[in-house]
Amino acid sequence: MSDTFSFTLNGQQIETDGSRSIWELAKEQGTTIPHLCYTDRPGFRADGNCRACMVEIEGERVLAPSCMRKPSEGMVVTSKSDRAEKAQKMVMEMLISDQPERQESPDPESHFWQMADQVGVAQSRFDRGRDGDLGDITHPAMNVDLNACINCDLCIRACREVQANDVIGMAARGFESKIVFDFDDPMGDSTCVACGECVQACPTGALQEKSWLAPSKIDRQVNSVCPFCGVGCQLTYNVADDKIISVEGRNGPANEERLCVKGRFGFDYIHNPERLTKPLIRKEGVSKSDIATLDPANPYTHFREASWEEALDLAASGLMKVKAEKGPSGLAGFGSAKGSNEEAYLFQKLVRTGFGTNNVDHCTRLCHASSVAALLETVGSGAVSAPFNEAENSDVIIIIGANPTINHPVAATFFKNAAKKGAKLIIIDPRKQALSRHAAYHLQEKPGTDVALLNAIMQVIVEEDLVNQSYIEHSTEDYTQLKAHLAAYTPEAMADKTGIAPDDVRAVARLFATAKAGIIFWGMGISQHVHGTDNSRCLISLALLTGQIGRPGTGLHPLRGQNNVQGASDVALIPMFLPDYQSVEDPVIRGKFEDFWQTKLDPVAGLTVVEITAAIHAKQIRGMYIMGENPAMSDPNVTHAREALCMLDMLVVQDLFLTETAAYADVILPASAWPEKNGTVTNTNRQVQMGRAAVALPGDARQDLWIIQEIANRLGLDWNYEHPSQVFAEMTQVMDTIKGISWDRLEAESSVTYPCEHADDPGQSLLFTDAFPTATGRGKFVAADLIAPDEVTDRDYPIILTTGRLLEHWHTGSMTRRASVLDAVEPEPTVQMSPAMMENMNLQSGDFVDVKSRRGQLRIRARSDSAVQQGMIFIPFCYAEAAANLLTNDALDPIGKIAEVKFCAVQLEKSPTS
Amino acid sequence: MFDQTTVAPGKAKKNRKSRYKPRGRQPSNRAIEEVKQIFAGKALHKDLLIEHLHRLQDEFGFLGKDHLAALADLMRLSLSEVYEVATFYHNFRVFDSAEEAPRLTVKICDSLSCSLNGSAALAQELAQTYDGGAIKVTHGACMGRCDRGPIVRVENQYIAHADPSTIQATIDKALAGEVPAVGELDHVSYADYCAQGGFNKLKELYAGKLATDNVITSIEESEHRGLGGAGFPHAMKLNSVLSIPGPRLMAVNADESEPGTFKDRYYMNSNPYQFLEGLLIAAELVDAQTVYIFLRDEYPDTAHLLKTALSTIEIANLTNGRKIELRRGAGAYICGEESAMLESIEGKRALPRQKPPFPAHVGLFGRPTLINNVETLYWLPEILTKGADWYKQGTDNGRQGFRTFSLSGHVKTPGVYKVPAGITAQELIDDYGGGMKEGHTFRAYLPGGASGGMLPASMADIPLDFGTLEKYGCFIGSAAVIVLSDQDDLKEACRNVMRFFEDESCGQCTPCRVGTTKALALMAREKWDQPLLLELSDVMRDASICGLGQAAPNALLCLMKYFPEELV
Repeated sequence: MSDTFSFTLNGQQIETDGSRSIWELAKEQGTTIPHLCYTDRPGFRADGNCRACMVEIEGERVLAPSCMRKPSEGMVVTSKSDRAEKAQKMVMEMLISDQPERQESPDPESHFWQMADQVGVAQSRFDRGRDGDLGDITHPAMNVDLNACINCDLCIRACREVQANDVIGMAARGFESKIVFDFDDPMGDSTCVACGECVQACPTGALQEKSWLAPSKIDRQVNSVCPFCGVGCQLTYNVADDKIISVEGRNGPANEERLCVKGRFGFDYIHNPERLTKPLIRKEGVSKSDIATLDPANPYTHFREASWEEALDLAASGLMKVKAEKGPSGLAGFGSAKGSNEEAYLFQKLVRTGFGTNNVDHCTRLCHASSVAALLETVGSGAVSAPFNEAENSDVIIIIGANPTINHPVAATFFKNAAKKGAKLIIIDPRKQALSRHAAYHLQEKPGTDVALLNAIMQVIVEEDLVNQSYIEHSTEDYTQLKAHLAAYTPEAMADKTGIAPDDVRAVARLFATAKAGIIFWGMGISQHVHGTDNSRCLISLALLTGQIGRPGTGLHPLRGQNNVQGASDVALIPMFLPDYQSVEDPVIRGKFEDFWQTKLDPVAGLTVVEITAAIHAKQIRGMYIMGENPAMSDPNVTHAREALCMLDMLVVQDLFLTETAAYADVILPASAWPEKNGTVTNTNRQVQMGRAAVALPGDARQDLWIIQEIANRLGLDWNYEHPSQVFAEMTQVMDTIKGISWDRLEAESSVTYPCEHADDPGQSLLFTDAFPTATGRGKFVAADLIAPDEVTDRDYPIILTTGRLLEHWHTGSMTRRASVLDAVEPEPTVQMSPAMMENMNLQSGDFVDVKSRRGQLRIRARSDSAVQQGMIFIPFCYAEAAANLLTNDALDPIGKIAEVKFCAVQLEKSPTS
Repeated sequence: MFDQTTVAPGKAKKNRKSRYKPRGRQPSNRAIEEVKQIFAGKALHKDLLIEHLHRLQDEFGFLGKDHLAALADLMRLSLSEVYEVATFYHNFRVFDSAEEAPRLTVKICDSLSCSLNGSAALAQELAQTYDGGAIKVTHGACMGRCDRGPIVRVENQYIAHADPSTIQATIDKALAGEVPAVGELDHVSYADYCAQGGFNKLKELYAGKLATDNVITSIEESEHRGLGGAGFPHAMKLNSVLSIPGPRLMAVNADESEPGTFKDRYYMNSNPYQFLEGLLIAAELVDAQTVYIFLRDEYPDTAHLLKTALSTIEIANLTNGRKIELRRGAGAYICGEESAMLESIEGKRALPRQKPPFPAHVGLFGRPTLINNVETLYWLPEILTKGADWYKQGTDNGRQGFRTFSLSGHVKTPGVYKVPAGITAQELIDDYGGGMKEGHTFRAYLPGGASGGMLPASMADIPLDFGTLEKYGCFIGSAAVIVLSDQDDLKEACRNVMRFFEDESCGQCTPCRVGTTKALALMAREKWDQPLLLELSDVMRDASICGLGQAAPNALLCLMKYFPEELV
């Protein structure tokens, strides 16, 4: 505790350490000094421009802004003197003169009008001085009405300093100064990414959600967590008439009140008319391959409504029939990383104890399976070693094979914050991205050359003796092998492969190795390769070599994709592990679970996602239960996957919509959306967080947990879980990592980090501070050789295709393409390619091109984007009408069993019809 | 068959335009190439934005949005970061395209001194004759040549005592592409300055013959003050900067923009080396790593001269390894406020910073920074050479030191006058200004430009210095004395001053941004609502962030107080 002193505020003696402003101290004393441009929300700096919070300080010539001013010893301050109050009122009066009439203003209940009420000013004696057309309704999600703007600049701080998107600025000056987007462009045409931070910050309603309703018309607010990416942003739903009207960021450990476009504006998919509300059964005689005319808006061409009894009975009996004919291994299940931990746990328990097989997997296989494999092998733990928020303590940050402003937008804001504060950002990715502008280095390598580049970086570190020798000695093993292996990988030797100049490789190597605290983030660009495990091994070696792990600001962080991919993996929605990554093939462990679940378990690891497709083609698997996954869009070489789905004797799909996968189902079970259920999810930071139901289920849709249990019981299991809390309690009995977490604790705290040993344990956010959870306690170096991508370019297929996401669309688009704002912002599939390549092909923006690989083809419009390098194209995989996975390669990484969807060879032609 | 799937879910495609390019405005290939070429090999630090905007505008005559987008990309700035700076400063002209941009911009100075010399009528005439199409006729703020008004600026040429015929000739030539080279100024040359003992004190300081402490003590004894307007004791400022560990920086405020002020220009143009010696002495005293000279855009002749002088002292090895950067302002009175100037040097909009912390401690790029005005530095070599006692001898009416007055308005010989501190307005007019112009009777004067208030002739016997005028609601500021006569409309003079502040307000804080415009609206009325004006003025003075808003109502308040007859 630093020294304290006292000062006087409104006649009261206050002790303080001088770190907080007069405004904050006054608030603590129960006095809310009027304020407009100030907010005490996290991440917002006081700016002191509105001058509504002026206070009088004895002995000073002029008044002082209480939001900025910190008291000093003996200072005598009053916020209630005539002089101070005169200023507070006059500021409001000046601003009111240029406001619309209160009842006609965008938000008559706004903070601004509340402050006007507080100081007792309702009218102005000044004439209105503002004119012109100040409205802008061009954005699908937000309206601008600068008539209500008070130039407080909170939106600029929100856009520039909090989210670091740098779109909003203040143009011109003086009374003419005004809020602009980019070059005073319409908001809808600007670089705005619609995070909505400005809307949440605006005190007047000048910036407002299109869906806005007055606070007095909101029925209830429900605290929950975002269902989209792995960042795990906490949020609050504003609900009216049992509909989610708007969403606000809440102060969770991962997001600190920030949200992105999906978390802010992406929730009306749950109210979409295409939502399934009745169980459906395939009509007699309708072929599964008859798909093209099936419209998810009207499933009744192919399916008929059924009662829950009928649908569940048919599903269960169909699956039992397969089991009877083919044995347990004739069945498989795909669970979901979109649901709760409780659902994932019960789903895998159902497959293991009801089906009797380990054939259970989920989209982690297409995500970070290779990263997890490498991490388990080398450092003994598959999760991140530090939360991404540790970036604020790092001075060098590597982001490789990831595009966080698109895929982890809120995490990216913290990276940008760190860069703006002076941390050096190193981006390594074949494509440019929004973070490149903030980066000290962007190594725009050739696709698929990560091992070459990373080995070269490590070679420099070894060669120049920048290794952390004592760390290597005390905490690692097999360094000698790595050192010998690296010798050949000089930056010069690798330059042709990677396309990166040796000087840049050296500079980056030195920067990272000599950093006080360096941290590494990676994404699918690392994992989705046949050498994905090798890519991750290199990153792990890089961290071990430099000792950049186990301290604040250091670590290894694979940015997890789905909101609950961490949790779903933890609870064993994967074929080779039981909960907490305990091997199914270890008889001791298996025995423990057999006792706990009171049933025999399959002793052999099950099949993974792509292997299951192959097994269906091989007629080994005949029945599947798929909950909330969409392999008919997400699987590589998706034609092959769709064909497999078509071949099944019994396919049960449980989902919100008639997805491309559900189109092949025998039985479709209408399930619950995230805002309709209670449950926990685990984000990329290992934070277990509480999700709460905000609205009722539509029609006859049911809770997923209930559906799983109904199926289980029809398979002969005698389950009786009445509430997710009972499932969670069961999980804590078999998962040591979360044994200190309870449902009640999560209800109270909303978020607890694991490993968490007991009820008072705050949870361990930094791992490997002392040792690694490996047999030797040491981290292991595993050298990686160069392996070419499975399918390299040639004369017939000369162009590299890489795939990924768009900011607005989640995964296969089943939710986000039904969210009106997200759909409006990115309504159509495009292939992104460099302007030079378009010129060579004589293509105009928007022209159709035909893209063809050895596995399939599609027609798509061209989008010019200089972020993509020559010889390469990018297609997002969320569009059913031009599914990128028709083209992708299903070759697998031999260890992680992840498919190489980041790299395949294609040919490209201007479409004759365009 | 399996390349087909169900009808796709997205519905918005039907009624919304798809996007076939990256989000937001994209520069054309041509603009990218042009901008790349212009800045090839040039540093691209963020703080150079204003310099680079000048470069673009010099090249194309205006700032096209396409080029601005390309520049943003090249400098790795966001679009808004570039746009807000480009639109903040008066002298940048942003247009969508060349078709919209005029070929020539003609600005008539409308500050009080020039308006006393008939600039309003001239502006009207020029607007009628030329405005529209290829030529844009508009107003400009004080151009620092107030002894020779009215001043008209045609692009980068400044025409003194402008009349329609000289303007016609200048415009014709400019349209024909004939632009005269920047004129050489008659000044004390490097050789002459050295011959007079110039740079001796600096060399002694470098050689250790003069100790820093002793120099600062001498300055303290001389009671030398900052002469940019605030009059802060110079030695105290030096010590304040020195109290924070380095590396330190120095910024020189050569942005005198207070209407009626043209003394810094006089010193730089007539004796640049004495100014630079003062600069180097101060830089050495605080061990400043880099010195930034922030020169107003309106002084291209001075810029030309200083560039030569800077390379001369560089060659003569007088900088002691210090980097001296000449930065070009872009037209913003607010840059006279020291922290706003720092923001501008950092390449941003010139918004004054909140204090504390003070720039001496947390200044340019967050470093401790010595900020001095040109004249403050100009005196240093002379004080050190001739001694503190010599400087203190400059006295009048009990005041000490020398002051440099910029005298304008209805006097016979307006100009820059170096006089003992404490002189009265009456003495200044009579002894230096040659008395009132024919046909004019002394009525009122503004002792410190637009911001220092206004006093009646009956109060012209007050010594003019720091601290002597405050009790009358006035201050000396930059010592710009503007003399009004019985021919002038004092209400209009006050409106002129308020219009100036409204135009120059940076817009950051409510009392100044909104207050100046509301005050102006109230002052435009036939009958003034004096209680409301008074109330508004009180809050502007009390609650504005910087001196601009705080001083904006001074003239208005003086009018209500000392000239009640004007408001009957």
